[in-house]
Amino acid sequence: MFGLNAKDTRLFFIVIALVAFAPFLMNPFPTDSAMAQFNAGYPDLMQRFVIFGIFAIGFNILFGLTGYLSFGHAAFLGAGSYAAVWMLKLLTINVIPAIMISVIVAGVFALLIGFISLRRSGIYFSILTLAFAQMAFALAASVLTPITGGETGLQTALSDPRILDGARDAGGNIPAPGLWGMEMRDSAEWVVSGWQFTFNVGYYLAGLCMILAFYLSIRIFRSPFGMMLRAVKSNQQRMNYTGLNTRPYTLAAFVISGMYAGLAGGLMAAMDPLAGAERMQWTASGEVVLMTILGGAGTLIGPVLGAGFIKYFENIFSKINDNVLHQWFAFMPDGIEDFLVTIVHPFVGKGWHLTLGLMFMAVVIFLPGGLVEGGQRIARLFGRKKKAADKETDASKTPAE
Amino acid sequence: MAILDVKNINKRFGGLQALGDVNLSVAENSVHAIIGPNGAGKSTLLNVLVGKLIPDTGSVMFDGQSVLGRKPYEINQMGISRVFQTPEIFGDLTVMENMLIPCFAKRDGSFEMNAIASITQQRDVIEKAEHMLEDMNLIDHRDDHSASMSRGDKRRLEIAMCLAQDPRLLLLDEPTAGMARADTNNTIDLLKRIKEERDITIAIIEHDMHVVFSLAERITVLAQGTPLVEDTPDNIKGHPKVREAYLGETQDAA
Amino acid sequence: MEAIVLQILSGLDGGSAYALIALGLTLIFGTLGVVNFAHGALFMIGAFCTVTLQRLLSYSHTVIDESQKDFLGNPLKVQVPYIQDWFGEAAANTIIDWSVPLAILFAIPVMLIIGIVMERGLIKHFYKRPHADQILVTFGLAIVLQEIIKAYYGANPIPAPAPDVFKGSFDFGVLLGFDANRIIYPYWRLVYFAFAALLITGVFVFLQFTTFGMVVRAGMADRETVGLLGIDIDKRFTIMFGLAACVAGLAGVMYTPINSPNYHMGMDFLVISFVVVVVGGMGSLPGAVLAGFVLGILQSFASMREVIEFLPGINQIVIYLAAIVILLTRPRGLMGRRGVMEE
Repeated sequence: MFGLNAKDTRLFFIVIALVAFAPFLMNPFPTDSAMAQFNAGYPDLMQRFVIFGIFAIGFNILFGLTGYLSFGHAAFLGAGSYAAVWMLKLLTINVIPAIMISVIVAGVFALLIGFISLRRSGIYFSILTLAFAQMAFALAASVLTPITGGETGLQTALSDPRILDGARDAGGNIPAPGLWGMEMRDSAEWVVSGWQFTFNVGYYLAGLCMILAFYLSIRIFRSPFGMMLRAVKSNQQRMNYTGLNTRPYTLAAFVISGMYAGLAGGLMAAMDPLAGAERMQWTASGEVVLMTILGGAGTLIGPVLGAGFIKYFENIFSKINDNVLHQWFAFMPDGIEDFLVTIVHPFVGKGWHLTLGLMFMAVVIFLPGGLVEGGQRIARLFGRKKKAADKETDASKTPAE
Repeated sequence: MAILDVKNINKRFGGLQALGDVNLSVAENSVHAIIGPNGAGKSTLLNVLVGKLIPDTGSVMFDGQSVLGRKPYEINQMGISRVFQTPEIFGDLTVMENMLIPCFAKRDGSFEMNAIASITQQRDVIEKAEHMLEDMNLIDHRDDHSASMSRGDKRRLEIAMCLAQDPRLLLLDEPTAGMARADTNNTIDLLKRIKEERDITIAIIEHDMHVVFSLAERITVLAQGTPLVEDTPDNIKGHPKVREAYLGETQDAA
Repeated sequence: MEAIVLQILSGLDGGSAYALIALGLTLIFGTLGVVNFAHGALFMIGAFCTVTLQRLLSYSHTVIDESQKDFLGNPLKVQVPYIQDWFGEAAANTIIDWSVPLAILFAIPVMLIIGIVMERGLIKHFYKRPHADQILVTFGLAIVLQEIIKAYYGANPIPAPAPDVFKGSFDFGVLLGFDANRIIYPYWRLVYFAFAALLITGVFVFLQFTTFGMVVRAGMADRETVGLLGIDIDKRFTIMFGLAACVAGLAGVMYTPINSPNYHMGMDFLVISFVVVVVGGMGSLPGAVLAGFVLGILQSFASMREVIEFLPGINQIVIYLAAIVILLTRPRGLMGRRGVMEE
């Protein structure tokens, strides 16, 4: 279906279902239960899941397929954000033009940087992309202040022209980004005996974008173009001596992944019309690298899993403080309780990055294929057991016949 | 008629004259061997032909067009394919994918933004690739990881990949280096069959005299970067200069 | 003219730090073939060695001093460092005052151990893995190290002052025949530059004139052959890693009076140091040192008011701009060898 084979169609439907039912899936615990702190079904976090999902899917098209490790992809996300906020300021508070322009601006930006950076490969390429992104960050935070708002960032204001729909909403306030009457921050709540589910307009818009982005990435992976990108990673020499010019292939992959980053940046601005230079910093570029590797570079679903995983744990882990820990270990004798709290303390709350770093190292060392490989290994383990069990039953049947 | 015409090629690396006034003419639809002791400049010459090195002087004409200054992929698209000493294949890809890539390169040229349609929809390319795999006796390996194949299979796959582009000129760089006798003989038979079935010119660099004399119609002997003699295999065998410079020691050793 | 001298001088201390980190990075890359993204963290740990020593030295117990009264008339509680009990007040104050230079002695064994543990425990297993994997795992390690320091020392910078003798500035202008007070330069920066120069010279002398150094240099050129000669190259490379960690650590120790140590200083320096290494040419030790100083001085010049007025923002980007220009015109950097990290 949709031009996909059976396996990909199944995967695609799973992703659609996950996105559509996330408000339920992410809120499995009743609101006033002790486990409610593990709920992630609130709009802000769910938006981040899908937006960073898009970012990672795009990064994976470059890194997963061609093996070119860019350390500067956040620059495109930042450029997309700025472009989108400007659209919201100048033209209309409707998010569609803002999102479209963010993709275009990021694409042009990626074309420029990619054209230069791709003249080198390996670590030289990584350093070039890093250098460009750091330049973009430094300039955005200082000299380009009229365009970027400098360190305070760029946001919508009452003084904006907004040619199409005016600077103020009916109440005389700054209008919130919206889509034909609906505001991105609008939510519907549904309370069912202790459970509370939130359906947010912005989340579903971003979710729809992620589904489209994911679909496009499946098509790219299965296309001759995708195969050529994997061939670039495998053996550039053979590519050249097979009459193929690797440069436009890698450049196309770079621009596509830059446009994905721009889409993510545009959506961020659409959810919350604010863009700051820190979105371009190299730590932000490093984060998308972590997401992609953690989930499984070069796999379809890996980046989405990685993005969700990191954003979920970032949020949940950083909320766990000592009080929460004491609650958890309350059933233990006092001495052991305090001891356990002391042990766990550095890894939660503000120490979340420590846990992330350790997990990331563990993945690179033991599971180079990321979470997806982990899943496959577990599946194989069960599969083998099942097969072995089948054989045994077969064997036990034979003599009886 | 000559399909490849090399005139007055000179190439220096610092103080070393790697190629000095090389002239070479390869006739269309012939098998031409280039032999010579180590350091004679065979590999340098090959690298000039495929665009990896640019010579200091001289001209290289392929089918009436100059190849100098063109990139390797452009030269390949003109109809020159190269087989490497150690098989260069896409180790991370399956055998079928390895085969598909040259088929796409033949159909779509050096770059094609074919990013939406699935590979499985490109029936013409798939059929051609499968046909090549069958022809080369590799169809059983269709879905194997190409890196996991034996060296002989990798060599056959590489040759198949080159042939899938229907090249006018096939360049082979010591295709049997490091092979067991049986594999070497298989490769000789394969090349003979290719020669019979196709309109193709083969230029081969080889150390193994058994391979050279089984295949070549003409032989150029290179020594210290300059062609010593060019003649038929029979004449080369008896040529005193060649015997002295090269063959003598090899035959003694054998 | 004065301005130029001043800029060159003020580029030296930043350049020294870049050069020292880049030197260590290059040693590791050249010998072990590993791209170490955790090298900035080693620099940071060195800086925190100073903080640790400072805390150890000021470790105190409370004494009730009857001779002094607080404003309520109660005897005053005074914190007395233990070393004051041992060595007397004057000696103790001197020791605490000199804690930054003393931290060198403290940092050497600490950094050696950290380096060797890191190499044996982690890096060793990544020799045969692709460079991308090495970058990723050391990147993860850098995050972990940085977070451990943050968990223990907090997120705020901790000041570590230079000894009193080195406080104040030196009037370079008078020395060079200019007017007084035109080119003044803090003493400690001069010390830092001298220290860096000494350390760099030390590393080169060690590599050039000792048997150990010769073997390591041979290993950098051709690892397999050296291995075939029956020399246990692995053990030497482990020591080399410890040494590189030491160089980075000492660079950090002495840098503390210039910039108060904080947990993310390693990452800040790492990004620039990598640019330095690449500009100098991967695998070239003199290249790393040269590029470190060149970029440090370049940055200093770009920070001149006259330059910024002419090209706003140039001070922020000059290093990256230089890197891009050099990489595109000289793919192997200033002094890079052929075939390193290509393909």
